[in-house]
Amino acid sequence: MADTTVLLEYVEKLKAQNAAWVADFKDARGEVSVYVPREFVGDACRFLKFEQNFDMLADLCGTDRGPEEDPRFEVLYHLFSTTHHNRIRLKVLLSEDAPNVETVTSIWKTADWHERETYDMFGVIFDGHPDLRRILLPSDFDGHALRKDYPLRGYEPYSLS
Amino acid sequence: MSVLEENLPNQDEFLDQSLESQMTLSMGPQHPSTHGVLRLDLRLDGELVVKAIPDIGYLHTGMEKLFEYKKYQQGIVITDRMDYLNPLGNNLAYVMAAEKLLGLEIPERAQVIRVMFCELQRIASHMVWLGTHALDIGAMSAFFYCFRQREKILNLIEAASGGRMTPSYFRIGGLMMDLPAGFERRCNQFLEDFPAALDMLNTLVTGNTIWQSRTQGIGLISAEEAIDWGLTGPCLRGSGVDLDLRRDNPYTGYETYDFNVCIEQDGDVWARFLVRMRELRESWKIVTQAVARLKPGPIKADAPKVVLPDRDDMRKHMDSLIHHFLIVAEGFNIPEGEVYMPIEGSKGELGVYMKSDGGPKPSRVHVRGPSFINLQALPVMSEGEMVADVVAIIGSLDIVLGEIDR
Amino acid sequence: MGLENTLFESLPDVITVKLDAVVNWARKSSLWPATFGLACCAIEMMNTVSSRNDLSRFGAETFRASPRQADVMIVSGRVSRKMAPVLRRIYDQMPEPKWVISMGACATSGGVFDNYAIVQGVDKIVPVDVYVPGCPPRPEMLVHAIMMLQEKVMKESVKDRRDTYEEESRQSIVPGTLPVTEGTALEEKSKTATSRPYTIPSRHERRRSS
Repeated sequence: MADTTVLLEYVEKLKAQNAAWVADFKDARGEVSVYVPREFVGDACRFLKFEQNFDMLADLCGTDRGPEEDPRFEVLYHLFSTTHHNRIRLKVLLSEDAPNVETVTSIWKTADWHERETYDMFGVIFDGHPDLRRILLPSDFDGHALRKDYPLRGYEPYSLS
Repeated sequence: MSVLEENLPNQDEFLDQSLESQMTLSMGPQHPSTHGVLRLDLRLDGELVVKAIPDIGYLHTGMEKLFEYKKYQQGIVITDRMDYLNPLGNNLAYVMAAEKLLGLEIPERAQVIRVMFCELQRIASHMVWLGTHALDIGAMSAFFYCFRQREKILNLIEAASGGRMTPSYFRIGGLMMDLPAGFERRCNQFLEDFPAALDMLNTLVTGNTIWQSRTQGIGLISAEEAIDWGLTGPCLRGSGVDLDLRRDNPYTGYETYDFNVCIEQDGDVWARFLVRMRELRESWKIVTQAVARLKPGPIKADAPKVVLPDRDDMRKHMDSLIHHFLIVAEGFNIPEGEVYMPIEGSKGELGVYMKSDGGPKPSRVHVRGPSFINLQALPVMSEGEMVADVVAIIGSLDIVLGEIDR
Repeated sequence: MGLENTLFESLPDVITVKLDAVVNWARKSSLWPATFGLACCAIEMMNTVSSRNDLSRFGAETFRASPRQADVMIVSGRVSRKMAPVLRRIYDQMPEPKWVISMGACATSGGVFDNYAIVQGVDKIVPVDVYVPGCPPRPEMLVHAIMMLQEKVMKESVKDRRDTYEEESRQSIVPGTLPVTEGTALEEKSKTATSRPYTIPSRHERRRSS
């Protein structure tokens, strides 16, 4: 698989900056994922953007591990650099009773709609987001569609009334 | 903007006025120029747009949820319908994500055919872009010329896969079927005729002074803003950023092809238009190289538990039959893990994040649709412009609602 | 519309049959579609309009953006729950006579997408005249659908009332659900009628009034 030594250096730099930022990291299939505790997401992202030049947030998505797992939700940040073309992934684990994490819209403006979509589909709340409301589902929709305990066909058949 | 600008009062005065003088116009989901079901909430002061708020979700199909309920090979069919102008590109991203999870080696012929079809699909997608963009701005003839070329490409795709717009041609581990006999001759025929068609389109559209005055200086976005808003693809290259994933994060052998990355500096609608017109020619170059490189060989990877065997094989050998049965009935398990596979789709960085928990169905598939991110920058580009310019800007962003709403 | 119908109902058959032929011929030869392209089928619809399969030969010369100027609504693509009220509103804004073609598997029955987000068939929202299967249907199939619709239009009659429900459907209106003008026959009926199941009368069930 592809060589990950360059990416592992970034992990070392993160650890060197503040060891609390890197709770764990995984290196598989040519990609490096760094598990960041949720209090430090903002700081880690700011460090990576302003000092390590990961200037583009390629993707921000959420995952539901299942209703029995704790922590239940994961929020993933895929960072990309337009200058050195490297990619790194940050993961934040959130439990169901406190699905809050700091917003990164002040760091990358593109996170706006990504976070709205993650809120819409999973119910993860981004503290400090300028306008956190539903984006894809109808605004009066009940529930969060991509959670594992939401049925595929929904709850009621469609009726115009 | 034209000569008249000197006669207009200072635009900032308008933007400071109170809300009573503003009108809210809902450029609503059913609209000929919104390229799909997009609703734009425009706050206008006369003709000037003060605020533009896109409202999406009118085509939300729950595809990401559907992926979790379908086996890996069944999910390919759904990817066709996401960005419906670039179905082979979507197929490629999904299939390559699964192959990355599995660690499969794809044979040479399959890789060359994948590149060829991806670039043909890029040409077809840009043809629709140009046709509809021109139609919105008022140049109706370009629409018919563009769709004429697109028909030829759709014929080629249909010859190979059976479907014009929803081919599902790529499979995990290779291709669905080999190319039919005579395909290379037909492809070369198309490639011979295409430069003349491009020149015709340039004569119709690019050299037209009305087109230039309607698209120059409109929808400006600078390079730093573009990166901050996550723009990718021609929208980013139109602002001067030198980024093309085919060259920078290469996949399926793109590093072995010779092509230029088209960049413009201005960051307006005209710049994005020029980038895409040049990309048409570059894609044509890549397809020519790919067709010349076609050699006989296998088109499926050597992984009998993942890739369906050939029909002949299946009928004669018992183990092939068993594999076929198991793959179709139960699917194949992909080991636990997650990948993010970005490709350069026709609209930008199309990324598929796939997470597997060891079963036959993915645990999570997230598609990073470039149009979703590009549309986010619309308010930045269109505030301060006139309503008619908003139509031009939407056209230059090249959005496809299927990808935005998934 | 009401005045024409009462006028035509009183005319003898020999005149109305000829009038039918002329009026229906005029209507079928100039079926102007309203642009209701939603998803992938919309692109195949655009392919049908462009030069290789030319829909203008069949009278669908212009695709009117405004539903007020359109005759037929070609619902091409998947209708999501958020879009469904918009669809109904556009249908209501079209003036009579109007027809609906449901193009593609998603519009007909939900298609590949059997989930929470897609309405399983646009005929749950608007009455459909022609269904076109396919994902997406080839342009030739859409042309065939327009031709089938033209045959259907030829079978209609000027004596059919379009502004009110047929007699049998009127009877099934649940009392109290529609505003009733005082002093009309409907008011008498609604006061005494028992509650019946409410059905949306489908255009397929219209009969000639004679």
